[in-house]
Amino acid sequence: MRDTLKTAYIIARREFAAYFATPLAAVFLTIFVAATGAFAFYIGGFFERGQANLFAFFAYHPWLYLLLVPAVAMRLWAEERKSGTIELLMTLPVSPTEAILGKFAAAWAFIGLALILTFPMWITVNILGNPDNGVILTSYIGSFLVAGAFLAIGSFISALTKNQVIAFILSATICFLFLTSGMELVQNVLRSWTPRIVSDAVASMSFLSHYEEITRGVIGLDSIVFFASLIVFALFANAIAVSQKKSA
Amino acid sequence: MAALIEATALRKTFGAITAVDGISLSVRKGEVLGFLGPNGAGKSTTMKMITGFLEPDAGSARICGHDVLEEPKAAKAKLGYLPEGAPAYGDMTPATFLRFIAEIRGFEGNDIKSRVIAAISRAGLDSVVDQRIETLSKGYKRRVGIAQAILHDPPVLIMDEPTDGLDPNQKHHVRELIREMAPHKAIIVSTHILEEVEAVCTRAVVIAKGRIVADGTAEDLLRRAPTHGAVTLRVLQADAERIAKTLADLASVARVETTAEPDGRSLIRALPKADAAPAKAIGDLLRRESLSFEEIYVERGKLDDVFREITTSTQA
Ligand SMILES: Nc1ncnc2c1ncn2[C@@H]1O[C@H](COP(=O)(O)OP(=O)(O)OP(=O)(O)O)[C@@H](O)[C@H]1O
Ligand SMILES: [Mg+2]
Repeated sequence: MRDTLKTAYIIARREFAAYFATPLAAVFLTIFVAATGAFAFYIGGFFERGQANLFAFFAYHPWLYLLLVPAVAMRLWAEERKSGTIELLMTLPVSPTEAILGKFAAAWAFIGLALILTFPMWITVNILGNPDNGVILTSYIGSFLVAGAFLAIGSFISALTKNQVIAFILSATICFLFLTSGMELVQNVLRSWTPRIVSDAVASMSFLSHYEEITRGVIGLDSIVFFASLIVFALFANAIAVSQKKSA
Repeated sequence: MAALIEATALRKTFGAITAVDGISLSVRKGEVLGFLGPNGAGKSTTMKMITGFLEPDAGSARICGHDVLEEPKAAKAKLGYLPEGAPAYGDMTPATFLRFIAEIRGFEGNDIKSRVIAAISRAGLDSVVDQRIETLSKGYKRRVGIAQAILHDPPVLIMDEPTDGLDPNQKHHVRELIREMAPHKAIIVSTHILEEVEAVCTRAVVIAKGRIVADGTAEDLLRRAPTHGAVTLRVLQADAERIAKTLADLASVARVETTAEPDGRSLIRALPKADAAPAKAIGDLLRRESLSFEEIYVERGKLDDVFREITTSTQA
């Protein structure tokens, strides 16, 4: 176990540095910080609401993740397969689990960094009023969890193809389905041709419902279990994909 | 002593293509096995299975006694592998890349630094240590791959075309390196350069269409050359016809060719019958009959000829 964590950590460090070796990191961080702010001010009506909280800010995170997280995830495995470095990595004394954990952790930490860089929002709202900082903290955690779930899905998809563009489009689509599965529109369609139990099951998979709950300040066990099991499941599928499709 | 690399009846198909069709190999410490075969013969695929990267459809591979699929970590810890094309993380520099490899290999503290420094100097990377790998020339990329493979001084070394893309000096350097490491390791190198086999390999295995078609020393292979053991004499043109006739009568000689040279001499070439070595008989004959000649030499044959013959004719 210690070895697993240590190896995963070494891989994570390399991956994390790799984001900064290209302009990707700068582009991503800038866009994320700018876009979360812009959404909050212009679309969310941050000022007009006249309330000292960050609801308007957090509400748009999942939608932003829809584009940005697949962009972070797409290179994780597709690039290794394309450049052939997967052959190097998988013939080092590294297990697929360690490699997957390391890569996932690096990408998640990268998004965590992006979230941390939005701290001016938090400072602003604290200057303007007396927000409930507990709710803000849980919202940050919720946002981070949603990103983690998207990322795990993206990492899995990335292991299925050499082509980063395909990886991007597929994971964005799948994440979109997960995100919207609780919405009325989707539910109406589902209810018309599936039994109740199916549409309810699909609704319970919705990221948005869980996320909204968390941003109201309630981190329920069910939400934690939901996101955690989704991440574990996607990473598990990722491990299978990596060992099955190494060369083809 | 047990073999350090042991492959048993490896088989791999990709859809309709049978890339490897029952290859067994065992390599002991001190052996350098040259792995030869035409493009698409299955060399790389075989190596990928031996190193545990590809799962074979049938058969198994062991490194230092560890099955590569059942005890992958133990096996891979004993292995240094240069994959085909020497892949490496392009966004890193040789220094940071080798450091990463050393950490993954479990080195700690000062060991990391000393291992990296040693690998850099052995692979001749000193001048490019801080340049991004993706901007290196092909030969330097290959050297990064070699440095990575030998960094932990593994008992088993498998290299897929290590000298591909290297300049003659560097080729020589890599061959020296292999020769130097050979006594303490079991090594497999694939190559398309046949002199390499004579230069560094203790043994050559030739495969074609996924099967082994020859396995022996370079000398064994040469023995299969049609011109192996052929004897050529340089004689005065006046004597040529008589000598050629006498040689042709020998039991071990299949055929005699005579070519006239502009300087009044002739070259007589006596080609051996299969598996025969007429050199001694010819020597005896020349002495007995007091036939005079100016030069005499015995041909060893060309590996290229052998290679072409066994990889094209053995199978339909
Ligand atoms: N991933 C793959 N999918 C489909 N076919 C493959 C795959 N990998 C190898 N092959 C096929 O298997 C056969 C053997 O290929 P391999 O790379 O082992 O040859 P090789 O002996 O290394 O050739 P070269 O000298 O050109 O490197 C070829 O016909 C190749 O097309
Ligand atoms: Mg090859």
